[in-house]
Amino acid sequence: MVKDTIKQPPTLPKTEGELMEIRNKVVSNPFHTTKKEPTVISMTDGVLIPKKGNKHLVTSWRLTFFGAVVVLVCLCVFDPDTYWKIFKYTITGIPTTFECTIFAILGAVLIGTITGVGSSSKNRVVNQICGIYVELIRGIPLLVQLMFLYYALGSLIHIEGIVAAIIALSICFGAYMGEIIRAGIQSIPKGQVEAATALGLSKSQTFFSVILPQTIKVVLPAIGNEFISMLKDSSLVSILALSDILKRGREYISRTFLSLQTMLVVALIYLILTLILSRLVGFMEERLHKNG
Amino acid sequence: MAKIEIRNVSKDFENNNGTILHAVKNVSLTVNDGEVVVIIGPSGSGKSTLLRTVNGLETAQSGSILIDGIDIMDKDTDIRQVREEVGMVFQSFNLFPHLSVLDNITLAPMKVRKMSRNEAEDKAMDLLAMVGLADKAHQKPTQLSGGQQQRVAIVRALAMEPKAMLFDEPTSALDPEMIKEVLDVMLKLAKSGMTMLLVTHEMGFARAAADKVVFMADGEVVESGTPEEMFANPKTQRAKDFLNHIL
Ligand SMILES: Nc1ncnc2c1ncn2[C@@H]1O[C@H](COP(=O)(O)OP(=O)(O)O)[C@@H](O)[C@H]1O
Ligand SMILES: [Mg+2]
Repeated sequence: MVKDTIKQPPTLPKTEGELMEIRNKVVSNPFHTTKKEPTVISMTDGVLIPKKGNKHLVTSWRLTFFGAVVVLVCLCVFDPDTYWKIFKYTITGIPTTFECTIFAILGAVLIGTITGVGSSSKNRVVNQICGIYVELIRGIPLLVQLMFLYYALGSLIHIEGIVAAIIALSICFGAYMGEIIRAGIQSIPKGQVEAATALGLSKSQTFFSVILPQTIKVVLPAIGNEFISMLKDSSLVSILALSDILKRGREYISRTFLSLQTMLVVALIYLILTLILSRLVGFMEERLHKNG
Repeated sequence: MAKIEIRNVSKDFENNNGTILHAVKNVSLTVNDGEVVVIIGPSGSGKSTLLRTVNGLETAQSGSILIDGIDIMDKDTDIRQVREEVGMVFQSFNLFPHLSVLDNITLAPMKVRKMSRNEAEDKAMDLLAMVGLADKAHQKPTQLSGGQQQRVAIVRALAMEPKAMLFDEPTSALDPEMIKEVLDVMLKLAKSGMTMLLVTHEMGFARAAADKVVFMADGEVVESGTPEEMFANPKTQRAKDFLNHIL
Protein backbone atom coordinates (compact mmCIF):
# COMPACT_ATOMS: atom_id res chain seq x y z
CA MET A 1 0.00 0.00 0.00
CA VAL A 2 2.87 2.31 0.63
CA LYS A 3 4.65 2.67 -2.60
CA ASP A 4 3.46 1.34 -5.89
CA THR A 5 5.91 3.47 -7.80
CA ILE A 6 8.77 2.38 -5.65
CA LYS A 7 10.42 -0.98 -5.94
CA GLN A 8 9.04 -3.34 -3.36
CA PRO A 9 11.31 -5.84 -1.69
CA PRO A 10 9.95 -9.24 -2.68
CA THR A 11 9.36 -10.47 0.85
CA LEU A 12 6.88 -7.87 1.95
CA PRO A 13 3.39 -9.31 1.90
CA LYS A 14 2.29 -7.53 5.02
CA THR A 15 -1.18 -6.43 5.97
CA GLU A 16 -1.80 -2.87 7.01
CA GLY A 17 -2.31 -3.97 10.57
CA GLU A 18 1.05 -5.65 10.69
CA LEU A 19 2.67 -2.65 9.07
CA MET A 20 1.16 -0.32 11.64
CA GLU A 21 2.49 -2.57 14.37
CA ILE A 22 5.95 -2.40 12.90
CA ARG A 23 5.64 1.29 12.46
CA ASN A 24 4.79 1.73 16.10
CA LYS A 25 7.86 -0.22 17.10
CA VAL A 26 10.21 1.69 14.86
CA VAL A 27 8.94 5.22 14.92
CA SER A 28 10.53 7.32 17.64
CA ASN A 29 8.59 9.30 20.09
CA PRO A 30 8.78 12.84 18.89
CA PHE A 31 10.69 13.98 21.94
CA HIS A 32 11.07 17.55 20.77
CA THR A 33 7.62 18.09 19.41
CA THR A 34 5.11 16.99 21.97
CA LYS A 35 1.80 18.26 20.77
CA LYS A 36 -0.31 20.03 23.31
CA GLU A 37 -3.98 20.74 23.22
CA PRO A 38 -4.68 24.45 23.04
CA THR A 39 -4.63 25.63 26.62
CA VAL A 40 -7.37 27.61 28.25
CA ILE A 41 -5.97 29.75 30.96
CA SER A 42 -7.97 31.36 33.69
CA MET A 43 -6.28 33.11 36.52
CA THR A 44 -8.49 35.06 38.87
CA ASP A 45 -12.24 34.72 38.92
CA GLY A 46 -13.61 31.60 37.33
CA VAL A 47 -14.66 31.88 33.75
CA LEU A 48 -18.06 33.47 33.61
CA ILE A 49 -18.19 34.24 29.96
CA PRO A 50 -21.16 32.52 28.42
CA LYS A 51 -20.74 31.09 24.95
CA LYS A 52 -23.24 29.67 22.59
CA GLY A 53 -23.60 26.00 23.23
CA ASN A 54 -23.20 26.46 26.94
CA LYS A 55 -26.92 26.66 27.55
CA HIS A 56 -26.72 26.59 31.31
CA LEU A 57 -24.43 29.61 31.52
CA VAL A 58 -26.34 31.51 28.87
CA THR A 59 -29.56 30.99 30.77
CA SER A 60 -28.11 32.12 34.07
CA TRP A 61 -26.52 35.08 32.35
CA ARG A 62 -29.91 36.09 30.94
CA LEU A 63 -31.71 35.62 34.23
CA THR A 64 -29.15 37.63 36.16
CA PHE A 65 -28.88 40.38 33.59
CA PHE A 66 -32.58 40.94 33.04
CA GLY A 67 -33.26 40.45 36.73
CA ALA A 68 -30.77 43.18 37.60
CA VAL A 69 -32.14 45.54 34.96
CA VAL A 70 -35.72 44.95 36.03
CA VAL A 71 -34.94 45.50 39.71
CA LEU A 72 -33.04 48.69 38.95
CA VAL A 73 -35.77 50.04 36.69
CA CYS A 74 -38.53 49.17 39.16
CA LEU A 75 -36.69 50.83 42.01
CA CYS A 76 -36.18 54.00 39.97
CA VAL A 77 -39.78 54.04 38.71
CA PHE A 78 -41.58 53.25 41.94
CA ASP A 79 -39.40 55.21 44.31
CA PRO A 80 -37.80 57.86 42.15
CA ASP A 81 -37.24 60.20 45.07
CA THR A 82 -34.80 57.79 46.59
CA TYR A 83 -33.48 55.56 43.82
CA TRP A 84 -33.63 57.70 40.71
CA LYS A 85 -31.71 60.37 42.58
CA ILE A 86 -29.13 57.88 43.76
CA PHE A 87 -28.85 56.47 40.25
CA LYS A 88 -28.42 59.89 38.65
CA TYR A 89 -25.73 60.79 41.16
CA THR A 90 -23.69 57.59 41.12
CA ILE A 91 -23.85 57.03 37.38
CA THR A 92 -21.62 60.07 36.91
CA GLY A 93 -18.81 57.89 38.22
CA ILE A 94 -18.92 55.69 35.14
CA PRO A 95 -16.46 57.70 33.02
CA THR A 96 -13.83 57.50 35.74
CA THR A 97 -14.43 53.79 36.25
CA PHE A 98 -14.17 53.15 32.52
CA GLU A 99 -11.13 55.33 32.11
CA CYS A 100 -9.33 53.52 34.92
CA THR A 101 -10.38 50.10 33.68
CA ILE A 102 -9.51 50.56 30.04
CA PHE A 103 -6.19 52.31 30.44
CA ALA A 104 -5.16 50.04 33.28
CA ILE A 105 -5.93 46.91 31.29
CA LEU A 106 -3.86 48.26 28.39
CA GLY A 107 -1.05 49.02 30.81
CA ALA A 108 -1.38 45.60 32.38
CA VAL A 109 -1.23 43.88 28.97
CA LEU A 110 1.91 45.85 28.13
CA ILE A 111 3.60 45.04 31.44
CA GLY A 112 2.29 41.49 31.28
CA THR A 113 3.73 40.94 27.82
CA ILE A 114 7.12 42.13 28.96
CA THR A 115 7.13 40.03 32.14
CA GLY A 116 5.55 37.07 30.36
CA VAL A 117 8.29 37.09 27.74
CA GLY A 118 10.84 37.76 30.47
CA SER A 119 9.80 34.81 32.57
CA SER A 120 9.83 32.53 29.52
CA SER A 121 13.33 33.73 28.71
CA LYS A 122 16.36 31.59 29.30
CA ASN A 123 18.27 34.56 30.65
CA ARG A 124 18.59 33.88 34.39
CA VAL A 125 18.68 37.52 35.53
CA VAL A 126 15.69 38.61 33.46
CA ASN A 127 13.88 35.52 34.59
CA GLN A 128 14.59 36.21 38.26
CA ILE A 129 13.50 39.83 38.05
CA CYS A 130 10.19 38.83 36.51
CA GLY A 131 9.74 36.09 39.08
CA ILE A 132 10.34 38.44 41.99
CA TYR A 133 7.92 40.99 40.57
CA VAL A 134 5.21 38.35 40.32
CA GLU A 135 5.87 37.10 43.85
CA LEU A 136 5.78 40.61 45.29
CA ILE A 137 2.50 41.45 43.66
CA ARG A 138 0.92 38.14 44.56
CA GLY A 139 1.91 38.42 48.18
CA ILE A 140 0.52 41.87 48.94
CA PRO A 141 -3.20 42.70 49.06
CA LEU A 142 -4.33 44.67 46.06
CA LEU A 143 -5.66 47.50 48.18
CA VAL A 144 -2.38 47.85 50.04
CA GLN A 145 -0.37 47.83 46.80
CA LEU A 146 -2.64 50.36 45.27
CA MET A 147 -2.36 52.80 48.16
CA PHE A 148 1.38 52.27 48.45
CA LEU A 149 2.01 52.83 44.75
CA TYR A 150 -0.34 55.78 44.68
CA TYR A 151 1.46 57.56 47.48
CA ALA A 152 4.87 56.48 46.25
CA LEU A 153 4.16 57.80 42.77
CA GLY A 154 2.67 60.94 44.22
CA SER A 155 5.75 61.69 46.28
CA LEU A 156 8.18 60.94 43.45
CA ILE A 157 6.60 62.68 40.51
CA HIS A 158 3.82 65.14 40.11
CA ILE A 159 1.06 63.40 38.26
CA GLU A 160 -2.66 63.52 38.34
CA GLY A 161 -4.42 61.21 40.74
CA ILE A 162 -6.08 59.25 37.99
CA VAL A 163 -2.81 58.65 36.17
CA ALA A 164 -1.21 57.41 39.36
CA ALA A 165 -4.18 55.13 39.95
CA ILE A 166 -3.99 53.75 36.42
CA ILE A 167 -0.27 53.10 36.74
CA ALA A 168 -0.79 51.43 40.10
CA LEU A 169 -3.58 49.22 38.77
CA SER A 170 -1.47 48.36 35.71
CA ILE A 171 1.44 47.28 37.86
CA CYS A 172 -0.79 45.18 40.10
CA PHE A 173 -2.62 43.45 37.26
CA GLY A 174 0.52 43.29 35.13
CA ALA A 175 1.87 40.49 37.30
CA TYR A 176 -1.18 38.29 36.77
CA MET A 177 -1.22 39.21 33.11
CA GLY A 178 2.43 38.21 32.94
CA GLU A 179 1.59 34.78 34.29
CA ILE A 180 -1.20 34.42 31.76
CA ILE A 181 1.07 35.38 28.90
CA ARG A 182 3.88 33.15 30.14
CA ALA A 183 1.50 30.20 30.27
CA GLY A 184 0.27 31.17 26.81
CA ILE A 185 3.76 31.25 25.36
CA GLN A 186 4.60 27.93 26.96
CA SER A 187 1.49 26.34 25.51
CA ILE A 188 2.80 26.89 21.98
CA PRO A 189 4.39 23.59 20.89
CA LYS A 190 8.17 23.62 20.72
CA GLY A 191 7.99 22.43 17.14
CA GLN A 192 6.75 25.86 16.12
CA VAL A 193 9.93 27.55 17.25
CA GLU A 194 12.00 24.77 15.74
CA ALA A 195 10.30 25.03 12.38
CA ALA A 196 10.81 28.80 12.33
CA THR A 197 14.40 28.46 13.45
CA ALA A 198 15.10 25.81 10.85
CA LEU A 199 13.77 28.17 8.18
CA GLY A 200 16.38 30.72 9.19
CA LEU A 201 14.13 33.15 11.04
CA SER A 202 15.83 35.16 13.76
CA LYS A 203 14.65 34.99 17.35
CA SER A 204 12.69 38.20 17.11
CA GLN A 205 11.18 37.24 13.74
CA THR A 206 10.16 33.94 15.26
CA PHE A 207 8.63 35.70 18.24
CA PHE A 208 6.65 38.28 16.31
CA SER A 209 5.57 36.12 13.35
CA VAL A 210 5.06 32.75 14.97
CA ILE A 211 4.84 32.84 18.78
CA LEU A 212 3.01 36.08 19.49
CA PRO A 213 0.06 35.65 17.09
CA GLN A 214 -0.59 32.16 18.43
CA THR A 215 -0.17 33.29 22.03
CA ILE A 216 -2.69 36.09 21.57
CA LYS A 217 -5.28 33.60 20.49
CA VAL A 218 -4.65 31.42 23.50
CA VAL A 219 -4.60 34.21 26.08
CA LEU A 220 -7.43 36.38 24.80
CA PRO A 221 -10.15 34.66 26.83
CA ALA A 222 -8.06 34.99 29.98
CA ILE A 223 -7.38 38.65 29.21
CA GLY A 224 -11.13 39.13 28.79
CA ASN A 225 -11.60 37.70 32.25
CA GLU A 226 -8.97 40.02 33.65
CA PHE A 227 -10.78 42.89 32.01
CA ILE A 228 -13.92 42.03 33.95
CA SER A 229 -11.97 41.65 37.18
CA MET A 230 -10.36 44.98 36.50
CA LEU A 231 -13.72 46.66 36.11
CA LYS A 232 -14.68 45.42 39.53
CA ASP A 233 -11.36 45.97 41.24
CA SER A 234 -11.12 49.47 39.84
CA SER A 235 -13.63 50.29 42.57
CA LEU A 236 -10.65 50.18 44.92
CA VAL A 237 -9.48 53.48 43.46
CA SER A 238 -12.42 55.12 45.17
CA ILE A 239 -10.20 55.15 48.23
CA LEU A 240 -7.75 57.34 46.32
CA ALA A 241 -10.18 60.22 46.03
CA LEU A 242 -11.13 59.45 42.45
CA SER A 243 -14.80 59.87 41.64
CA ASP A 244 -15.60 56.47 40.26
CA ILE A 245 -18.95 54.77 40.73
CA LEU A 246 -18.23 53.58 44.25
CA LYS A 247 -16.75 56.90 45.33
CA ARG A 248 -19.83 58.73 44.06
CA GLY A 249 -21.98 56.32 46.01
CA ARG A 250 -20.04 56.95 49.21
CA GLU A 251 -20.30 60.70 48.68
CA TYR A 252 -24.03 60.32 48.33
CA ILE A 253 -24.23 58.28 51.52
CA SER A 254 -22.33 60.90 53.48
CA ARG A 255 -24.85 63.49 52.34
CA THR A 256 -28.07 61.52 52.75
CA PHE A 257 -27.22 58.58 55.02
CA LEU A 258 -29.14 56.30 52.63
CA SER A 259 -26.39 53.74 52.90
CA LEU A 260 -28.24 50.52 52.11
CA GLN A 261 -30.23 51.97 49.22
CA THR A 262 -27.16 53.60 47.68
CA MET A 263 -25.02 50.51 47.91
CA LEU A 264 -27.82 48.50 46.32
CA VAL A 265 -27.80 50.80 43.31
CA VAL A 266 -24.02 50.76 43.14
CA ALA A 267 -24.01 46.98 43.24
CA LEU A 268 -26.62 46.78 40.50
CA ILE A 269 -24.69 49.17 38.28
CA TYR A 270 -21.48 47.14 38.64
CA LEU A 271 -23.36 43.93 38.07
CA ILE A 272 -24.99 45.15 34.88
CA LEU A 273 -21.70 46.51 33.57
CA THR A 274 -19.76 43.33 34.20
CA LEU A 275 -22.52 41.22 32.68
CA ILE A 276 -22.54 43.32 29.52
CA LEU A 277 -18.78 43.16 29.37
CA SER A 278 -18.68 39.41 29.83
CA ARG A 279 -21.12 39.01 26.97
CA LEU A 280 -19.01 41.23 24.74
CA VAL A 281 -15.91 39.22 25.54
CA GLY A 282 -17.86 36.06 24.75
CA PHE A 283 -18.85 37.39 21.33
CA MET A 284 -15.29 38.41 20.61
CA GLU A 285 -14.07 34.92 21.39
CA GLU A 286 -16.67 33.33 19.17
CA ARG A 287 -15.63 35.52 16.28
CA LEU A 288 -12.03 34.72 16.92
CA HIS A 289 -12.76 31.02 16.76
CA LYS A 290 -14.75 31.39 13.57
CA ASN A 291 -11.89 33.19 11.91
CA GLY A 292 -9.79 30.10 12.53
CA MET B 1 23.88 21.52 -4.26
CA ALA B 2 25.83 20.74 -1.18
CA LYS B 3 28.02 18.33 0.65
CA ILE B 4 27.44 17.52 4.32
CA GLU B 5 30.34 16.17 6.35
CA ILE B 6 29.74 15.07 9.91
CA ARG B 7 33.04 14.39 11.68
CA ASN B 8 33.30 12.71 15.07
CA VAL B 9 30.22 14.40 16.40
CA SER B 10 29.10 13.69 19.96
CA LYS B 11 26.09 15.07 21.76
CA ASP B 12 25.22 14.55 25.43
CA PHE B 13 22.09 15.54 27.24
CA GLU B 14 21.97 16.22 30.92
CA ASN B 15 18.83 14.76 32.40
CA ASN B 16 16.91 16.47 35.15
CA ASN B 17 18.37 14.10 37.72
CA GLY B 18 21.87 15.10 36.68
CA THR B 19 22.80 11.93 34.81
CA ILE B 20 24.45 12.33 31.43
CA LEU B 21 22.90 10.70 28.41
CA HIS B 22 25.17 10.10 25.44
CA ALA B 23 22.66 10.55 22.63
CA VAL B 24 25.22 10.65 19.81
CA LYS B 25 28.68 9.14 20.20
CA ASN B 26 31.51 10.07 17.89
CA VAL B 27 29.54 9.77 14.67
CA SER B 28 31.08 10.47 11.29
CA LEU B 29 29.04 10.51 8.13
CA THR B 30 29.35 12.15 4.73
CA VAL B 31 26.60 13.03 2.32
CA ASN B 32 28.13 13.97 -0.99
CA ASP B 33 26.73 16.52 -3.35
CA GLY B 34 23.43 15.23 -4.69
CA GLU B 35 23.50 12.08 -2.61
CA VAL B 36 20.63 10.64 -0.60
CA VAL B 37 21.58 9.07 2.72
CA VAL B 38 19.04 7.27 4.86
CA ILE B 39 19.56 6.75 8.59
CA ILE B 40 17.74 3.84 10.18
CA GLY B 41 17.78 2.43 13.68
CA PRO B 42 15.64 1.74 16.72
CA SER B 43 13.91 4.57 18.47
CA GLY B 44 16.12 6.41 20.93
CA SER B 45 19.27 5.63 18.99
CA GLY B 46 20.08 9.28 18.39
CA LYS B 47 18.95 9.64 14.77
CA SER B 48 16.93 12.80 15.32
CA THR B 49 19.59 14.31 17.52
CA LEU B 50 22.24 13.73 14.88
CA LEU B 51 20.05 15.22 12.19
CA ARG B 52 19.32 18.25 14.34
CA THR B 53 22.98 18.99 14.89
CA VAL B 54 23.34 19.51 11.15
CA ASN B 55 21.26 22.69 11.15
CA GLY B 56 22.13 23.72 14.67
CA LEU B 57 18.85 22.87 16.37
CA GLU B 58 21.13 20.93 18.71
CA THR B 59 24.68 21.97 19.38
CA ALA B 60 27.12 19.10 19.44
CA GLN B 61 29.66 19.01 22.26
CA SER B 62 32.50 17.88 20.06
CA GLY B 63 33.39 17.13 16.49
CA SER B 64 32.70 19.26 13.47
CA ILE B 65 30.00 19.59 10.86
CA LEU B 66 30.96 20.96 7.48
CA ILE B 67 28.47 22.09 4.91
CA ASP B 68 30.22 22.80 1.66
CA GLY B 69 33.39 23.04 3.68
CA ILE B 70 32.03 25.61 6.13
CA ASP B 71 32.20 24.48 9.74
CA ILE B 72 28.83 25.32 11.26
CA MET B 73 30.16 24.91 14.78
CA ASP B 74 32.82 27.54 14.21
CA LYS B 75 32.10 30.61 16.32
CA ASP B 76 32.52 32.83 13.27
CA THR B 77 29.91 30.96 11.25
CA ASP B 78 26.51 32.57 11.17
CA ILE B 79 24.27 29.61 11.89
CA ARG B 80 21.26 31.43 10.49
CA GLN B 81 22.92 31.61 7.10
CA VAL B 82 23.49 27.87 7.27
CA ARG B 83 19.84 27.29 8.11
CA GLU B 84 18.80 29.26 5.05
CA GLU B 85 20.65 26.72 2.96
CA VAL B 86 19.53 23.57 4.76
CA GLY B 87 15.82 22.80 4.80
CA MET B 88 14.24 20.58 7.39
CA VAL B 89 11.04 18.55 7.46
CA PHE B 90 9.73 17.26 10.78
CA GLN B 91 7.77 14.22 11.79
CA SER B 92 4.93 16.35 13.12
CA PHE B 93 4.90 18.81 10.16
CA ASN B 94 5.07 21.87 12.44
CA LEU B 95 3.16 24.09 10.06
CA PHE B 96 2.15 27.45 11.51
CA PRO B 97 -1.54 27.00 12.34
CA HIS B 98 -2.38 30.70 12.37
CA LEU B 99 -1.18 31.23 8.80
CA SER B 100 -2.69 30.07 5.52
CA VAL B 101 -0.82 27.48 3.51
CA LEU B 102 0.47 30.22 1.23
CA ASP B 103 1.63 32.39 4.13
CA ASN B 104 3.34 29.41 5.72
CA ILE B 105 5.39 29.07 2.57
CA THR B 106 6.12 32.72 1.91
CA LEU B 107 6.98 33.70 5.50
CA ALA B 108 10.65 32.76 5.44
CA PRO B 109 11.41 33.84 1.85
CA MET B 110 9.96 37.25 2.64
CA LYS B 111 11.40 37.69 6.13
CA VAL B 112 14.74 36.03 5.67
CA ARG B 113 15.47 36.28 1.95
CA LYS B 114 13.71 39.66 1.72
CA MET B 115 11.79 38.51 -1.32
CA SER B 116 8.85 40.65 -2.40
CA ARG B 117 5.42 39.27 -1.63
CA ASN B 118 4.58 38.84 -5.31
CA GLU B 119 7.74 36.98 -6.07
CA ALA B 120 7.40 34.78 -3.00
CA GLU B 121 3.77 33.97 -3.75
CA ASP B 122 4.46 33.13 -7.40
CA LYS B 123 7.16 30.80 -6.33
CA ALA B 124 5.00 29.26 -3.61
CA MET B 125 2.20 28.65 -6.09
CA ASP B 126 4.60 26.94 -8.50
CA LEU B 127 5.85 24.68 -5.76
CA LEU B 128 2.34 23.94 -4.53
CA ALA B 129 1.37 22.99 -8.06
CA MET B 130 4.36 20.68 -8.19
CA VAL B 131 3.04 18.74 -5.17
CA GLY B 132 -0.55 18.92 -6.41
CA LEU B 133 -1.86 21.31 -3.78
CA ALA B 134 -2.34 24.55 -5.69
CA ASP B 135 -6.01 24.61 -4.75
CA LYS B 136 -5.19 24.55 -1.04
CA ALA B 137 -3.15 27.76 -1.00
CA HIS B 138 -5.69 29.78 0.92
CA GLN B 139 -6.74 27.16 3.43
CA LYS B 140 -5.46 26.85 6.95
CA PRO B 141 -3.17 23.88 7.67
CA THR B 142 -5.72 22.32 10.04
CA GLN B 143 -8.13 21.96 7.10
CA LEU B 144 -5.65 19.68 5.35
CA SER B 145 -5.03 15.97 5.78
CA GLY B 146 -1.76 14.83 7.30
CA GLY B 147 -0.30 13.90 3.95
CA GLN B 148 -1.24 17.27 2.51
CA GLN B 149 0.22 19.06 5.51
CA GLN B 150 3.51 17.24 5.15
CA ARG B 151 3.67 18.10 1.45
CA VAL B 152 3.10 21.74 2.38
CA ALA B 153 5.88 21.45 4.95
CA ILE B 154 8.21 20.15 2.25
CA VAL B 155 7.23 23.01 -0.03
CA ARG B 156 7.78 25.47 2.81
CA ALA B 157 11.34 24.23 3.16
CA LEU B 158 11.91 24.19 -0.61
CA ALA B 159 10.72 27.78 -0.96
CA MET B 160 13.98 28.86 0.66
CA GLU B 161 15.85 27.17 -2.21
CA PRO B 162 17.97 25.07 0.12
CA LYS B 163 21.08 23.28 -1.06
CA ALA B 164 20.32 20.29 1.14
CA MET B 165 17.33 18.87 2.94
CA LEU B 166 16.95 17.05 6.24
CA PHE B 167 13.92 14.84 6.87
CA ASP B 168 13.14 13.41 10.30
CA GLU B 169 10.70 10.53 9.89
CA PRO B 170 8.53 12.54 7.53
CA THR B 171 5.93 9.82 7.06
CA SER B 172 5.77 8.22 10.47
CA ALA B 173 2.99 10.44 11.79
CA LEU B 174 0.86 9.70 8.75
CA ASP B 175 -1.96 7.27 8.17
CA PRO B 176 -0.77 4.48 5.86
CA GLU B 177 -2.85 5.64 2.90
CA MET B 178 -1.16 9.04 2.93
CA ILE B 179 2.41 7.87 3.04
CA LYS B 180 2.75 7.33 -0.68
CA GLU B 181 1.83 10.87 -1.66
CA VAL B 182 4.59 12.22 0.56
CA LEU B 183 7.14 9.64 -0.51
CA ASP B 184 6.41 10.44 -4.15
CA VAL B 185 7.31 14.08 -3.54
CA MET B 186 10.49 13.07 -1.73
CA LEU B 187 11.38 10.69 -4.52
CA LYS B 188 10.94 13.43 -7.09
CA LEU B 189 13.19 15.63 -5.02
CA ALA B 190 15.82 12.92 -4.73
CA LYS B 191 15.76 12.34 -8.50
CA SER B 192 16.17 16.07 -9.09
CA GLY B 193 19.57 15.86 -7.46
CA MET B 194 18.83 17.33 -4.05
CA THR B 195 21.30 16.43 -1.33
CA MET B 196 19.21 14.65 1.27
CA LEU B 197 19.90 13.27 4.73
CA LEU B 198 16.90 11.53 6.17
CA VAL B 199 15.65 9.36 8.92
CA THR B 200 13.00 7.02 7.59
CA HIS B 201 11.97 3.43 7.81
CA GLU B 202 10.30 3.34 4.43
CA MET B 203 12.52 0.66 3.00
CA GLY B 204 10.93 0.99 -0.42
CA PHE B 205 12.01 4.59 -0.52
CA ALA B 206 15.49 3.70 0.67
CA ARG B 207 15.85 1.07 -2.06
CA ALA B 208 14.59 3.38 -4.74
CA ALA B 209 16.38 6.56 -3.80
CA ALA B 210 19.17 6.08 -1.28
CA ASP B 211 22.84 5.98 -2.20
CA LYS B 212 23.69 4.86 1.29
CA VAL B 213 21.90 3.47 4.32
CA VAL B 214 23.33 4.09 7.77
CA PHE B 215 22.29 1.94 10.72
CA MET B 216 22.51 3.62 14.11
CA ALA B 217 22.06 2.07 17.54
CA ASP B 218 22.76 3.54 20.97
CA GLY B 219 24.10 6.75 19.52
CA GLU B 220 26.63 5.07 17.25
CA VAL B 221 26.84 4.25 13.59
CA VAL B 222 26.96 0.47 13.67
CA GLU B 223 27.02 -0.23 9.98
CA SER B 224 26.51 1.48 6.66
CA GLY B 225 26.35 0.50 3.03
CA THR B 226 24.28 0.62 -0.11
CA PRO B 227 20.61 -0.27 0.33
CA GLU B 228 21.22 -3.58 -1.44
CA GLU B 229 24.07 -4.54 0.87
CA MET B 230 22.31 -3.39 3.98
CA PHE B 231 18.99 -5.03 3.33
CA ALA B 232 20.20 -8.23 1.68
CA ASN B 233 23.07 -9.15 3.95
CA PRO B 234 23.76 -6.89 6.89
CA LYS B 235 27.10 -7.70 8.52
CA THR B 236 26.39 -6.96 12.16
CA GLN B 237 24.03 -8.94 14.33
CA ARG B 238 22.31 -5.80 15.58
CA ALA B 239 21.53 -4.62 12.08
CA LYS B 240 20.30 -8.11 11.23
CA ASP B 241 18.00 -8.18 14.24
CA PHE B 242 16.70 -4.73 13.53
CA LEU B 243 16.04 -5.40 9.86
CA ASN B 244 14.34 -8.69 10.66
CA HIS B 245 12.14 -6.68 12.91
CA ILE B 246 10.98 -4.25 10.27
CA LEU B 247 11.25 -6.06 6.94
N1 LIG C 1 16.30 17.64 24.46
C1 LIG C 1 16.60 16.46 25.05
N2 LIG C 1 16.86 16.41 26.36
C2 LIG C 1 17.19 15.23 26.95
N3 LIG C 1 17.28 14.07 26.32
C3 LIG C 1 17.03 14.06 24.99
C4 LIG C 1 16.66 15.26 24.29
N4 LIG C 1 16.47 14.95 22.99
C5 LIG C 1 16.69 13.62 22.88
N5 LIG C 1 17.01 13.09 24.07
C6 LIG C 1 17.35 11.67 24.32
O1 LIG C 1 18.40 11.33 23.45
C7 LIG C 1 18.21 10.00 22.98
C8 LIG C 1 18.19 10.00 21.48
O2 LIG C 1 17.00 10.62 21.05
P1 LIG C 1 16.62 10.81 19.54
O3 LIG C 1 17.74 11.47 18.83
O4 LIG C 1 15.32 11.51 19.50
O5 LIG C 1 16.47 9.33 19.04
P2 LIG C 1 15.75 8.76 17.74
O6 LIG C 1 15.43 9.90 16.84
O7 LIG C 1 16.74 7.82 17.15
O8 LIG C 1 14.56 8.04 18.22
C9 LIG C 1 16.94 9.50 23.59
O9 LIG C 1 17.26 8.70 24.71
C10 LIG C 1 16.21 10.74 24.00
O10 LIG C 1 15.41 10.49 25.12
MG1 LIG D 1 13.57 10.60 16.18
